[in-house]
Amino acid sequence: MSASEQELQDFRLQVSACLEANKPADPGFLLPQSFMEVGNEQQLDFLRNWQYKVWSAGYLGMAWPEEYGGGGVPPEYQGIVDQEMRRQAVPICFNVIGLGWAGPLINDIGTEEEKARYLKGILTAEDIWCQGFSEPDYGSDLGNAQTRAVRDGDEYVINGTKIWTTMGNYARYMILLARTDPNTERKYDGLSFFLAPMDGPGIETRPIRKITGEYGFTETFFTDARIPAHCLMGEEGQGWKIAMQTLQYERGAEAGAAGGLAFERIVIDDMIEQLRDMQRDGEPLLSDPVTRDQLVRLIMEEKAVALGDKRAAIAPLTTDYPFSLQLSNKLRFTEYARRMRQFAIAQQGATGSLYVGDDQARQGGFWQRAYFNSFSATIGGGTSQVQANIIAEHILGLPK
Amino acid sequence: MIANTALSFDEDQAMIMDVAREFCREKSPMSAVRALLDSPSGYDRAIWGEMVDLGWLGIALPEDIGGSGLGISHTVAIVEAMGRFMLAGPFISTTLAAQLVARATPATRVDAFLADVVAGVPATVALQESPDWGSDDCACLFDDEGVMSGTKRFVPDAEVAGWIVVVTRHRGAPALALVKAEQLPAGAIKPHTLVDETRRAASIDFTGVQLAPEAIIAGEQVVVALCDFYLLGALLVAAEATGSAGACLDTTVEYLKTRKQFGKLIGSYQALKHPCVEILTAVDSARSFIYHAASLVTEGSLTRDAEIACRMAKAQASDTLLHAGDRAVQFHGGMGFTYECDAQLYIRRAQWSQQQFGDAAHHRKRLACLLLDE
Repeated sequence: MSASEQELQDFRLQVSACLEANKPADPGFLLPQSFMEVGNEQQLDFLRNWQYKVWSAGYLGMAWPEEYGGGGVPPEYQGIVDQEMRRQAVPICFNVIGLGWAGPLINDIGTEEEKARYLKGILTAEDIWCQGFSEPDYGSDLGNAQTRAVRDGDEYVINGTKIWTTMGNYARYMILLARTDPNTERKYDGLSFFLAPMDGPGIETRPIRKITGEYGFTETFFTDARIPAHCLMGEEGQGWKIAMQTLQYERGAEAGAAGGLAFERIVIDDMIEQLRDMQRDGEPLLSDPVTRDQLVRLIMEEKAVALGDKRAAIAPLTTDYPFSLQLSNKLRFTEYARRMRQFAIAQQGATGSLYVGDDQARQGGFWQRAYFNSFSATIGGGTSQVQANIIAEHILGLPK
Repeated sequence: MIANTALSFDEDQAMIMDVAREFCREKSPMSAVRALLDSPSGYDRAIWGEMVDLGWLGIALPEDIGGSGLGISHTVAIVEAMGRFMLAGPFISTTLAAQLVARATPATRVDAFLADVVAGVPATVALQESPDWGSDDCACLFDDEGVMSGTKRFVPDAEVAGWIVVVTRHRGAPALALVKAEQLPAGAIKPHTLVDETRRAASIDFTGVQLAPEAIIAGEQVVVALCDFYLLGALLVAAEATGSAGACLDTTVEYLKTRKQFGKLIGSYQALKHPCVEILTAVDSARSFIYHAASLVTEGSLTRDAEIACRMAKAQASDTLLHAGDRAVQFHGGMGFTYECDAQLYIRRAQWSQQQFGDAAHHRKRLACLLLDE
């Protein structure tokens, strides 16, 4: 089944009108800029209601099967919804580990029983999901994760510590990477993948306070925690392969993700607009030659990323370094985003020193908070430095 | 801000790119590039003849004068390939001279000139009098009898050009004068010694040259054509620099994969690895910009979006090649300091290239006006 151009265009108008009519008013408290920043019940309730509303309108999980709460239509439709949501800057759909990682994975390789048990709750936001990959001693070196899972009858006994668990204190389920065999030749082969409930005894979470002063992650401790054996996904030893598979869904609805925004979109236009009334040396800041030169550099960086995504799809223009654009996308974009936000603060004069909570902070301290939060993307999912190693080795062929 | 992200590449362009890369790879190995460094003309006439036979000089010219009418967008891939293999010759100069003239006046009026270009007579534009790309001072003029006076500097491929398009003024407005090489008095051309030894340029004293009335192109269209010529020049030099930057990176990476120190291949050190990745992403950005710009340039006068794209392409490509050349020398260690090491070709090309059609800061300054001023 494929949709005609006309059908898609009509649908876009319909979505646009619906979002415009239903976009929530400013709640009067700070909303998270991404799914990694849900730090209190107030935010949680707001986002839960919003996601439920989006799902009820038929705008979430549109390409997922109908019997599990999805819409059963081609992914182009969800793509349009996501674009319109971004354009209208509506709140995020916060259950991202469910919508973009666990859900598509269960859709692809899960059993019927797993699909029936988990998928709908992901879409409605009734069941919040978290991710248990990183450990305090194994962040970038994820393949070395040491949390143990030992089979005992119909259960696995889990011991160890996970860190950077998004919404660990609110989640009902975790996608958990744990070691079922500590003696394999390759470290990766001893890992297994679990869809683990978070409510049993022996599981404790401790919220982590971030550089922004807010919360959003937990450290998660497993002490002889018992989970049913059916929580194992696939077979023992397939954990690494399955964990890597979850990463491909980041490419959006076409790749199987349920859709919705995971991040508040911040573009350079937003920054430039907030600088228009600033002064430097009694003149408009935007007439300062140094500032202008730096702004153009940043605009070019943002544009180069957008153009790179397009060029990546044109085969004759990617022959020199195949997959270079795809593999470097995360590095280029996250590093750019971080520097852009830092630059925004630098242009604010003395108000640049104010933070969230000060009534004179520009845009309520938006840029200060956004800058600090941007490190979640230059560190999470493989630090920029590890990304650079990967690109150097895989694209340029430099030795390890 | 980033509004227009047009990027298209058709089958013709893909085919031209394939042919151009294969041609340049075969005709311009490093040994050939080096053999031409101290030759007077700087290029191989037999190879130039083959390029003419391939129809490359006419790609962007109308069919009725022997061109193929594909447009300047199709030249970008050829120039990128030439940059990648450091293939020298008056291709960019000739292509741009033809673009300037064809855009300034109806083709029928200058069919002899354009037919010569398609047939492979090199041409060039004599534009600059000062080192400042932002200056439009012009003291190279002609009097009421059509007798010229004044000197142009930095004229690319001046010594081999059969035609020279002189940017001058007529009744206070910009105008062009078509001068044939044989009209120049003896000693009029004084070659520059260039930092990039694969290139040639000279100053030309036009004093005493007699212009026939039909050799003068004036009118409002000349102003538009000059703006377009300058942006297309920036684009083609950017495309060439992008090719050179890619080759430069490959040269560096190859060395890092073979050179051992302290018992290890030096390419395993992150202090060398990470800057190579920076250069790779910069080359990737430059390639995206040049083909974005190629998607926007047309026969007609260039749009604002095309202007933005050409300027971004030049700003990105210049800075990229400068960085790639600089690091190539450094990362080759002691070898990098020698004339024998190919890194010198790229670092020299970078210095030349950044000063053609405005350096990166020049373009960013103009981009700021285009992008930031309401």
